[in-house]
Amino acid sequence: MASEIRNYTLNFGPQHPAAHGVLRLVLELDGEVVERADPHIGLLHRGTEKLAESKTFIQSLPYMDRLDYVSMMANEHAYCMAIERLAGIEVPLRAQYIRVMFDEITRILNHLMWIGAHGLDCGAMTIFLYAFREREDLMDCYEAVSGARMHAAYYRPGGVYRDLPEEMPKYQASKVRNASAIKRLNENREGSMLDFIEDFTNRFPTYVDEYETLLTDNRIWKQRTVGIGVVSPERAMALGLTGAMLRGSGVEWDLRKKQPYEVYDKMDFDIPVGKNGDCYDRYLVRVEEMRQSNRIIKQCIAWLRANPGPVITENFKVAPPSRVGMKTNMEELIHHFKLFTEGMHVPAGEAYAAVEHPKGEFGIYLVSDGANKPYRLKIRAPGYVHLSALDEMSRGHMLSDVVAIIGTQDIVFGEVDR
Amino acid sequence: MELLKHFLFDTQIGFVIWTLLKIVAIAVPLILSVAYMTYAERKVIGYMQIRVGPNRVGPLGLLQPFADVLKLLLKEIIAPSAASKGLFFIAPILVLMPALAGWAVIPFFPGLVLADVNIGLLYVMAITSLGVYGVIIAGWASNSKYAFLGAMRAAAQMVSYELAMGFALIGVMMVSGSLNVTEIVNQQAHGAAGGSVFSWNWLPLLPLFVVYFISGLAETNRAPFDVTEGESEIVAGHMIEYSGMSFALFFLAEYMNMILISAMATVMFLGGWLSPFPSSVPFLGAPSFIWWFLKCALMLFFFLWARATFPRYRYDQLMRLGWKVFIPVTLVWIVVVGAWMQTPLSLWK
Repeated sequence: MASEIRNYTLNFGPQHPAAHGVLRLVLELDGEVVERADPHIGLLHRGTEKLAESKTFIQSLPYMDRLDYVSMMANEHAYCMAIERLAGIEVPLRAQYIRVMFDEITRILNHLMWIGAHGLDCGAMTIFLYAFREREDLMDCYEAVSGARMHAAYYRPGGVYRDLPEEMPKYQASKVRNASAIKRLNENREGSMLDFIEDFTNRFPTYVDEYETLLTDNRIWKQRTVGIGVVSPERAMALGLTGAMLRGSGVEWDLRKKQPYEVYDKMDFDIPVGKNGDCYDRYLVRVEEMRQSNRIIKQCIAWLRANPGPVITENFKVAPPSRVGMKTNMEELIHHFKLFTEGMHVPAGEAYAAVEHPKGEFGIYLVSDGANKPYRLKIRAPGYVHLSALDEMSRGHMLSDVVAIIGTQDIVFGEVDR
Repeated sequence: MELLKHFLFDTQIGFVIWTLLKIVAIAVPLILSVAYMTYAERKVIGYMQIRVGPNRVGPLGLLQPFADVLKLLLKEIIAPSAASKGLFFIAPILVLMPALAGWAVIPFFPGLVLADVNIGLLYVMAITSLGVYGVIIAGWASNSKYAFLGAMRAAAQMVSYELAMGFALIGVMMVSGSLNVTEIVNQQAHGAAGGSVFSWNWLPLLPLFVVYFISGLAETNRAPFDVTEGESEIVAGHMIEYSGMSFALFFLAEYMNMILISAMATVMFLGGWLSPFPSSVPFLGAPSFIWWFLKCALMLFFFLWARATFPRYRYDQLMRLGWKVFIPVTLVWIVVVGAWMQTPLSLWK
């Protein structure tokens, strides 16, 4: 009598340490070998696109932070760019530099989160805490410019909300930290915010070296990542992969170089590409991207130091007037009132704006009918596309490799489920 | 006094009581060591990861282990409705039992051993192998897919590393000419290198020592071989459905096994209670339990260090390492040592 042989169906997540939030995978296993990986999404769906249709343009902006909640400002950037394209708003040069600098800070933030989570997925615990040490400094920068450590809402149509602060916020003495500890913590916070970031960029390469000593030549790390989740360049393009997922397969595609926006054409940086398209190559690409981002930040700091100026457009139909102007000038008071009640009007039409988000191409497709809110907003989230490649990438690999592949895809459910 | 002595040593019932007392004298410090092992782990790994570890409960967080025990004691033990109840509750006991029983033959100092039997080494090998039954039963009885995967991994892993470990200990047995653990330590006190650090087994049997330690990591399911637990893959493996004290027993057993493996390494390879200083040095040169303790602590530190440093092996890679690297290495070295012992250059005369 022939017995019936069935595959083992495993429900992986949504509550699972490697689910990166709320991924629910239905895995069909033959022993430990994955026959089919079926991602079920939608557990973090908040209807961002629909919500945007009933809110003014500026009111929707904070929702963008909450899409990919580890690279907040990059999301805002695409949204602001879409509005600016449609309304033909000029962004002051200084604001463009600030945006580029914060885009790169965001890229480092995102890649630090990724290296930590990817390491943790493969069982390397320490790298996670190392990465969080640096994230702390960068989130302090977020806090210094916007007041929020994560959901900044710093970029605005027409520029950025305000100029970089002259003074970096300092730690205060507390029950758990005595004066000498505070002094040590505040050492690099004595000057302006730019001084602090510059100090960070000087320290950061040695930190990346530290991560690399832990992982790059580690035999176990290599065994876990080399040859896992291989995507050929042709398949990578056909699947719509972008960002490090595409560059890891050897396709040199980076919107910062291919379709430069803001001041990326003035920046000197390299695009790392992989060779084999496996998890290890994507790891190397992202690590190198961190170093390159560091270079871009340095260039931005140099320019920003030398060139003061306005950081948001003077067009009061788009951006609020200064506080003093609003209090003393009738015209500006009206502008202020109109902007914060009715909001800005964007001319009828449609526009697509995409940025090289840390995870790939993040695009906003905006349709306006001339009202004070979008007619339709479509978000092109890179993670969504990457996740749909999970099945192809993980077939024939083992259960542990699925976890490594989820790690290498750098999935965040805020953007996948939107 | 005389009467008490007579009662304890010359009567049957006295013998039982005396033995029970000895068991308590080993088990209580052992459980305390486990408690503080968890504390040490969190502190050591904490500092390796640029954080401070527990520091809230008691001074320096020293009471943290007791807070944890209290928490686990008070938690409800939940049995899944689909579980095979009897086996589900027997499994943690089956895991803990061998972890405790192995300590019967570990000598802490000459004469300071529960059972000075002549087959000590064999006994430890046999008893530690039993632990895997508990893991497999736990995985099966939970009736959970993750637990079942964990149990399957445990079965394969423990069996293969048991072999490498056994071969490593065969080398020790060959040079010692005895299976009595006390005898093995004493043998390390003399040799060509004159009973110094270099005559201990770790140096002439270095490959076996390394294999033994790494197999020990695998045997106790510690990182980087913690595929049975596999936090990020199969969540907690065989322990996934356990809570409260039933989980704590697994936890206790894991740490006891770690200490047992370290203690074994100490007596097999690191000269047990022998002092690393020559006996001419006053006080420091004398053999002492302190040396035993320090060596054991050093080995345990390596366990923690490995956990903080390495990513986890994949299950098939771990099997490959066991079968294709460790077993051949140990076999070759056993042959080398065997040949070496026959030559005039033998260190073990």
